[in-house]
Amino acid sequence: MLDRKDLLGLEGVGREEILEILDTAKGFVDIPQRTVKKVPALRGFTVVNAFYESSTRTRTSFEIAAKRLSADTINFAASSSSVSKGETLLDTAKNLMAMAPDCIILRHQLSGAAHFLSTQVTCHVVNAGDGTHEHPTQGLLDAFTIREKKGAFEGLKVTIVGDILHSRVARSNIHGLSTLGANVTLCAPPTLIPVAVERLGVRVEHSLDRAVAGADVVMALRVQKERMEGGYFPSPQEYFELYGLTNARMKGADRECIVMHPGPMNRGLEIASEVADGPRSVILEQVSNGVAVRMAVLYLLVVGRKTRETAD
Amino acid sequence: MPMKPKKKLLDEAAVARTVHRIASQILEHHPDPATLALVGVHTRGVPLAKRIVKVLESLGAKKVPVGALDITLYRDDLTTIAANPVVKETTLGFSVDGRMVVLVDDVLFTGRTTRAALDALLDWGRPARIQLAVLVDRGHRELPIQADYTGKIVPTTREENVEVRLKEIDGEDAIWVMERDHA
Repeated sequence: MLDRKDLLGLEGVGREEILEILDTAKGFVDIPQRTVKKVPALRGFTVVNAFYESSTRTRTSFEIAAKRLSADTINFAASSSSVSKGETLLDTAKNLMAMAPDCIILRHQLSGAAHFLSTQVTCHVVNAGDGTHEHPTQGLLDAFTIREKKGAFEGLKVTIVGDILHSRVARSNIHGLSTLGANVTLCAPPTLIPVAVERLGVRVEHSLDRAVAGADVVMALRVQKERMEGGYFPSPQEYFELYGLTNARMKGADRECIVMHPGPMNRGLEIASEVADGPRSVILEQVSNGVAVRMAVLYLLVVGRKTRETAD
Repeated sequence: MPMKPKKKLLDEAAVARTVHRIASQILEHHPDPATLALVGVHTRGVPLAKRIVKVLESLGAKKVPVGALDITLYRDDLTTIAANPVVKETTLGFSVDGRMVVLVDDVLFTGRTTRAALDALLDWGRPARIQLAVLVDRGHRELPIQADYTGKIVPTTREENVEVRLKEIDGEDAIWVMERDHA
């Protein structure tokens, strides 16, 4: 049972906890098909979306998730708020707390920001991406999508290709999928692989063909140009030539292999349109599943917590 | 609190007879079952609804759709109950708009589950009519809710519990009255 105040990362989250979130999310998938696309579970609760980095998909996904649970949502974007006037994260947090929210969803450019916030506020904190550290709900929705398509995780060959170095999605997926029993392979040029990443129990492979061979799941990651200050690879053309997912490169994968991407995509850089829009692609399903998984996280954290307080 | 069996109310044959009687009563009220649909409330209402539909079809009704409803997210005690209940899937598979829907549950007690089920069902559309069928009515209502089809009325004390056991879930068909185990 998910027994925690915050969801800051998938590192250290147990198999049972992850499976409980995925099982709960299953019960939320059908809600958009109803005449009334919401349930009253979080009626009277307030969820704050605090986004210090630009985001369309994740912010919208969290907002829809909270609204479908009948929570009140407040959106707070750093560019249009007092943050641009120089307020620190701590001061912003204290001011947000004065409005008595039940949960804060935080997206921040600095690794560890969500952890810091969680030590300063009494409400729940969900990390919606902190720097290059973790993006746990993305890891969970990827796991959910993989389970929908593959049934189980044990022994599944998952290959993550691309900018691992800057990717919080990769870190959450490595922790989550390894905990669930999948075999994770990372593939990128040496400049985009973090030092000593093998310690997390993954295989590192610099040749895309070898990494894709026999894979059940191939996940392409966005090349995060905004986080790159130096030259990590000679040219976009060369990167695409060596690490871009094309139909030809996917030939060595398992026949039933699915292709994932956390978005937004750089078409023609890490993935070709023929793959992104092809029959193996589950990229848009990832987006729909994201809402259900985030509903499950909000529901389990917020309702579960109240439950424990009254039980004590 | 631990509970122990006090008295067996119905055995397998009696459960089967009761299900049969509920089905006949439903058919009596709906001589034209074309717009009829049954919706079981998780957990034990689901196999019960399926059994009633089986009897309905054996009595001549053509294909009656049957769905499953999870009411967890509609409970009024979500923030106070001891254990965080597991959210199960709601699978209706048909539109409730304009249908005669019979909600099926195992035990009618405070009426709060039924209230939640009504709210959940209405979020799926606008049925022409909703009725309620229960295997056992044990009294102690806290809301103005009554069943349209009742298998058995069982007077109980609040300290007791009524446990419906079904083969699909529990491996046997029986209804037990349970009491507190002070031992």
